[in-house]
Amino acid sequence: MFETPDDRKYQESHEYATTDGEPVTVGISDFAQDELGDIVFVELPEAGDEMSQGEEFGVIESIKAVSDLYVPVSGVVSAVNDALFDQPELVNESPYDEGWMLKLEDVDDAELAELLTADEYSEQTE
Amino acid sequence: MNHDQARYGDDDRYEPLLSETGTKTVDVSEESPLPDGLTREELELPTSSEPELSRHYTRLSQMNWSVETGPYPLGSCTMKYNPSFTEDVAADPNAAVHPERSEETIQGTLELLAGLQDYLARIGGMDAVTLQPPAGAAGEFTGIHVAKAYHESRNDDRSEVIVPASAHGTNFASAAMAGYDVVELPSGEDGRVDLDALEAAVSEETAALMLTNPNTVGLFERDIVEISEMVHDAGGLLYYDGANLNALLGRARPGDMGFDVMHYNVHKTFATPHGGGGPGAGPVGVREELAEFLPRPRVREQDGQYELYDPERSIGKVHGYQGNWLVLVKAYAYIARLGDSGLEDASAKAVLNANYLAEQMEYDIPYGPFHHEFAATAGDRDAADVAKRMLDYGVHPPTTKWPEFVPEAMLTEPTEAEDKTSLDDLAAAFNGAISDSEEELANAPSKTTAQRIDQATAARNPRLSWHALDEQ
Repeated sequence: MFETPDDRKYQESHEYATTDGEPVTVGISDFAQDELGDIVFVELPEAGDEMSQGEEFGVIESIKAVSDLYVPVSGVVSAVNDALFDQPELVNESPYDEGWMLKLEDVDDAELAELLTADEYSEQTE
Repeated sequence: MNHDQARYGDDDRYEPLLSETGTKTVDVSEESPLPDGLTREELELPTSSEPELSRHYTRLSQMNWSVETGPYPLGSCTMKYNPSFTEDVAADPNAAVHPERSEETIQGTLELLAGLQDYLARIGGMDAVTLQPPAGAAGEFTGIHVAKAYHESRNDDRSEVIVPASAHGTNFASAAMAGYDVVELPSGEDGRVDLDALEAAVSEETAALMLTNPNTVGLFERDIVEISEMVHDAGGLLYYDGANLNALLGRARPGDMGFDVMHYNVHKTFATPHGGGGPGAGPVGVREELAEFLPRPRVREQDGQYELYDPERSIGKVHGYQGNWLVLVKAYAYIARLGDSGLEDASAKAVLNANYLAEQMEYDIPYGPFHHEFAATAGDRDAADVAKRMLDYGVHPPTTKWPEFVPEAMLTEPTEAEDKTSLDDLAAAFNGAISDSEEELANAPSKTTAQRIDQATAARNPRLSWHALDEQ
């Protein structure tokens, strides 16, 4: 029902991290954007910020709820998706592509390996 | 009974702005003592006649929902009918007293304030009351600051306030604004405070636990005595959020349950108008040991004379003078008119009405037995859609999707003010809306003045002033 591409890994709080090398792209899953409903506001950190796994990196607000966003793998923020500030709906329309949130470098590969695979994450959301 | 709203104009234009019904340009380029940047050469003024002006505002008022036009069971908000006689009392010229007048000339005003303090203290089981905070949330802010001042006076440095996950959002905000770290307490399986979770959360860092009782889904915290002992044994204080006091009037008192500080929502419990950001009142009551920290000035009686005085260790002022005086006059009038037996009757009927309504509703209500309010669930329907559909049945819907631990929650509180016919109307609206088709729900409301609102666009591109109209 929901897209869960296997070129990335997931954590229980619904953020994904891509696995095709650095920079690692972080965003939220298709399931998560659907649960949240129409997204109206996204707050993100600044490029250069160092983040550890599990740390809050931002806030996402939909017409239903406000939720914290958690970093799936430790790393340094090399870019954030500025387009989301004016077009938060990109997260609804294209969670895995245009709706990305962070690019991370100097990522902890061991943490990345430990995250849920697409299959494991899909089971969790069924 | 039908409570449909008035509708005017075509589908997307409900009522023209005054400026759209005719204006004239007036030359105002006379000499002005104001700087150039603050003056204009000409003004555009509406030209509506007085009757048209009156009709314009009457139409606008008819497009709105209020407890004056139909039942309004917004859970947790206690949307009581505000009896008109309290407005008469507040409008009495004798109530219009300038607060700067000398004490000897405002003995009546001070007597009323002292009398209201005594009423509230007796109702809450508290020793001292301040009437100054201008709203419920301001009361919380004041109460937590009083608790903080108490701890500090004992050189007892504490950093945390415990708040149940189901608490009103203002509890978290008030604790944080007073400089505390907020420790969130998960709800137990029965919807009440989980004593094991509380045991784990309480420590020597605990400044206070904030609770409402009955809680957000109308359940009485049966373990309140144990809860009180756990918090007090750790040196913390117990704070009572007066949001749900309407269920207890004349039957149980927060002070007797062990609470040390509380605020009263006079707009809920004592039928003053809900401020909507306007003037309100959120008096705070405390135990004797905390009285010296209350905001200044305070009112007291000395040898038959009423006077204002500043407690030495007061946290200071939280509002001008004695708060929003006319709101306090209305609360006083309401309490005095009902008296002991009337207040007791109000809480009994509030509980009876909630339970009668729930019996008539074809909804699952996961937590009970409840008092003055209950959280029904819309099940596999979207609670917000069901609520919007209820507007088409001519009633105001309940609070939706809160508290979050009840799936698709419809938090319902009819209050004591509704009679059986109104409650039956409400039940019919609940039952009709939940069994309507997906399409009817998705397009609701269709009979109101303003129909389905595009919430996402409104939140993404808010228009926050009339200037936005020029950008259309």
